[in-house]
Amino acid sequence: MITTTKGDMDEVLLEKREGSVDNDNETTHWVEYWIGDELVHRSAHVYLKTSVFATSEIGEI
Amino acid sequence: MANTQAMTTSFKSEIMAGIHALGTSVVRAGTGADTVKAAIYLASATVNAATTAYSVTDEASGSGYSAGGVTVTNAVVPTSTGTTAFWTPSANITYTTVTLATAFDAVLIYNSTQSNKAISVHTFGSQTITAGTFTLTMPTNDASTGLLRIA
Repeated sequence: MITTTKGDMDEVLLEKREGSVDNDNETTHWVEYWIGDELVHRSAHVYLKTSVFATSEIGEI
Repeated sequence: MANTQAMTTSFKSEIMAGIHALGTSVVRAGTGADTVKAAIYLASATVNAATTAYSVTDEASGSGYSAGGVTVTNAVVPTSTGTTAFWTPSANITYTTVTLATAFDAVLIYNSTQSNKAISVHTFGSQTITAGTFTLTMPTNDASTGLLRIA
């Protein structure tokens, strides 16, 4: 069953579309379910490749 | 042997662990780990290195999403390898069964225990969610990929 804007629906009743983005910053996969031309479900999963990085410096005495 | 000027690696991870309080007005009293949360921000927002605290301004909103975001699972102690200290949440950050119709592209990690003070901002390609789940998969917690790293 897929959670949709119309409640839980059997996947066979829906058109599934998937896609992904892979670049230096992230790998993202998304999945959509449609009824005709109406989007009723969209999920996305993001894997960040770049983390937050800080360098430390100390002052000269 | 020779002496080498450096910020000690132990200090770097101890900063993240709240061991040192170098300010003149120390307000911290708790001895447990703080509660860390993750809030989603619209692509039109301006959250960046200058952000000092969580704000509802330009935060994402929609069905299933609570202002302030979700609590980040934190079961790991900040640690270090080599000269790099690092910390990563111990579970993926997940927003389950939400509808976020306005495009968003950032998550603010902040400390809800310490007056919602900002920790970090993470950006990604613009997304919307419709009756679905948004997941930020956490990287491997090491000196190369940990979510927060101080070298």
